[in-house]
Amino acid sequence: MKQEYIITVFSEDHIGLLSRITIIFTRRKINIDSLTVSESAISGIFKFTIVINETPDRVQKVVGQLEKVVDVMKAFYNTNEEMIYQEIALYKVSTEFLFESDKVEKIVRNSGARILELTREYVVIEKTGHSDETQQLFDELNVFGVTQFIRSGRVAITRSNIERLSVFLKERDAMLEQVD
Amino acid sequence: MATQRISGSEAVIKSLLEEGVDTIFGYPGGAIMPIYDALYDYDQQVTHYLTRHEQGAIHAAEGYAKVTGKVGVCFATSGPGATNLITGLADAQIDSIPLVCITGQVASPLLGTDAFQESDVVGITMPVTKWNYQVTNAEEIPEAIAKAFHIALTGRPGPVLLDIAKDAQFAQFDFEYKKCTKIRSYLPEYPVDPFQVKAAADIINAAKKPIVLFGHGVIIAHAEDELKEFIEKTGIPAAWTLLGLSALPTDHPLNVGMLGMHGNYGPNIKTNEADVVISIGMRFDDRVTGKVAAYARQAKIIHLEIDPAEINKIIKADAPVLGNAKKSLRMLIDNVNPNSHREWLDEFRACDKIEYDKVILHDIHPQKVGLTMGEVVRIASEKTNHEAILVTDVGQQQMIASRYFQFKNSRSNVTSGGLGTMGYALPAAMGAKIGKPERVVFAMAGDGGFQMTIQELGTIAQYNLDIKIIVLNNNFLGMVRQWQQLFFEKRYSFTEMKNPDFVGIAKAYGLASQKVTSRDQLENAVQEMLDHQGPYVLEVVVEKEDNVFPMIPTGASISDILLEP
Ligand SMILES: Cc1ncc(C[n+]2csc(CCOP(=O)(O)OP(=O)(O)O)c2C)c(N)n1
Ligand SMILES: [Mg+2]
Repeated sequence: MKQEYIITVFSEDHIGLLSRITIIFTRRKINIDSLTVSESAISGIFKFTIVINETPDRVQKVVGQLEKVVDVMKAFYNTNEEMIYQEIALYKVSTEFLFESDKVEKIVRNSGARILELTREYVVIEKTGHSDETQQLFDELNVFGVTQFIRSGRVAITRSNIERLSVFLKERDAMLEQVD
Repeated sequence: MATQRISGSEAVIKSLLEEGVDTIFGYPGGAIMPIYDALYDYDQQVTHYLTRHEQGAIHAAEGYAKVTGKVGVCFATSGPGATNLITGLADAQIDSIPLVCITGQVASPLLGTDAFQESDVVGITMPVTKWNYQVTNAEEIPEAIAKAFHIALTGRPGPVLLDIAKDAQFAQFDFEYKKCTKIRSYLPEYPVDPFQVKAAADIINAAKKPIVLFGHGVIIAHAEDELKEFIEKTGIPAAWTLLGLSALPTDHPLNVGMLGMHGNYGPNIKTNEADVVISIGMRFDDRVTGKVAAYARQAKIIHLEIDPAEINKIIKADAPVLGNAKKSLRMLIDNVNPNSHREWLDEFRACDKIEYDKVILHDIHPQKVGLTMGEVVRIASEKTNHEAILVTDVGQQQMIASRYFQFKNSRSNVTSGGLGTMGYALPAAMGAKIGKPERVVFAMAGDGGFQMTIQELGTIAQYNLDIKIIVLNNNFLGMVRQWQQLFFEKRYSFTEMKNPDFVGIAKAYGLASQKVTSRDQLENAVQEMLDHQGPYVLEVVVEKEDNVFPMIPTGASISDILLEP
């Protein structure tokens, strides 16, 4: 059965690596629902956070292929439950709705969103959360009319204390020594 | 090591020399001219072979790599030169052949401007290389080349491409070379886990009807001796995949033949009767497994494999053994009990008898008028005492040659397995001959595949490469025609060819050549070819509509292998 998985790829910071990673999905006709790239807590090591909807078997095989990329150190996959994750969304609505009634303000307050910028023409609202939450806010605001909307890729971290890669790097070093 | 101020181009050549390269296959052009200019001064240390097409260069590099176990090196210019390498890269990628390809690129300020002969070579080759990299500074050259060789040859080997901008080729810098032995993001192979070995050994020690399936990994790992020792100690029958051919002598008493679509009857059906399948350095290609859902369901699967992504990819392993086959086999040998499986082996021999009577006899000792590919292959093998290197193209002739050619030594079979690249044989044979000049090298091609890279006869003539070329001419794209006959109601859609006078073509290139149309000429013709010093093109006109059997139709189980239509 297909379900949402969060794949985390730890890699060197090299040009072209994003392509090398995405073609692995393209070749298997797997859609990437979201993708975020950022540096990890270990300096010089980057993290790709990729969300896909797939069967356990396919996600496992894709992760195997990701790890074959020379500049990739390690790839992990997790279900949503196993990780703490967030996305950020920005919404633009016309300022007139804010003043017509207190409805928009209430929606913003109730959803834990905040107003980032307010001008005479528009107001920019920011909300952090899971996609169903940012989507819900979109639906509520769209009753008035959302003129612009953007949602970021997912960022996710594990529930353990350290970067999973630190442990891995130590083991890898030992193995590299072992295999002449 | 003292540094020297030299150009990027010279650094390319010096770095290659540092890696022990003495042979390069290539084709020049604008963007790689500085490198070719540097090469001009090094003709004492390195021999460059100018092919007639970049595809020829890269297949030659593959053939060279396969017979020597070294990295094949190939040069091409930017744009069309580089794109002409793609088929060879894809071939080397899927068959795990170590290559380092160097392409020239437009000067770095022109990148992305649609400059003359600019193409996004790094982008295009990404899916068909193990690693690639664009060099835009001369200073990067030594390190990039050192990394390229390390990556190409270690672990599961594969092709690497370096795209070097023209300005980096011209720039001067202080050259210093250091070999690459370690990359932190890249673990070539896992150390073998003794617990995995023990688990596998326990299964093997309890097995009643075990079978070994071995592939290219045994040859890549130089594990031929360990394979032999392992099967001899345990008495387990062993079957090879197309790319495993020659890793064990053909006549070894435990060698039970070839797996796969046109492989032997015994190993195919017995895989589905074995209680334990021990696969070594092979990846359960669909041509081997047939219908996966009906493949070795009854058996416990042991999988010795260097690439973690191959384990459980197609067939779930009950006992995976991750690591280099030479090391894991060594450890396995120490953990298995001496044994023999006489009765089980006899079952294979009974299958051989059936296959011989129904198929092999008619293929290699035919009674009919027309010549068969099988008898040509048999004679070529016999007349070289089964000691030649066989390079095959793709199609019926490839399958027949793989079935009937015999081997005494490893690294004696060169063929395009995973990609099935027509046009492979002629250029790959050039590389094989250059890599092993003391061996007899046969290039066997069909009339179709021969014409895909026929221009390499020019290279063969120029360098007087003593290759024995056998064109098995059935006037058809035979393998496709066979499928049309069996599965498309004999609708021969665009598979018949009007062929040129092959002997005339060979002669025009200055090569000795002969055409054989009847059985009484055949033996003498093969002998004449072998007696001739230098390259030779022997065209053998064979039956037009012969088929290759046995055959596992696509989608069928290996148990349903057909011995006849
Ligand atoms: C480059 C390429 N194009 C097409 C094919 C598909 N194909 C596989 S076998 C074959 C026929 C080969 O004909 P020929 O070289 O005459 O060999 P034969 O089968 O007759 O021995 C074809 C067209 C291929 N394998 N490679
Ligand atoms: Mg043909």
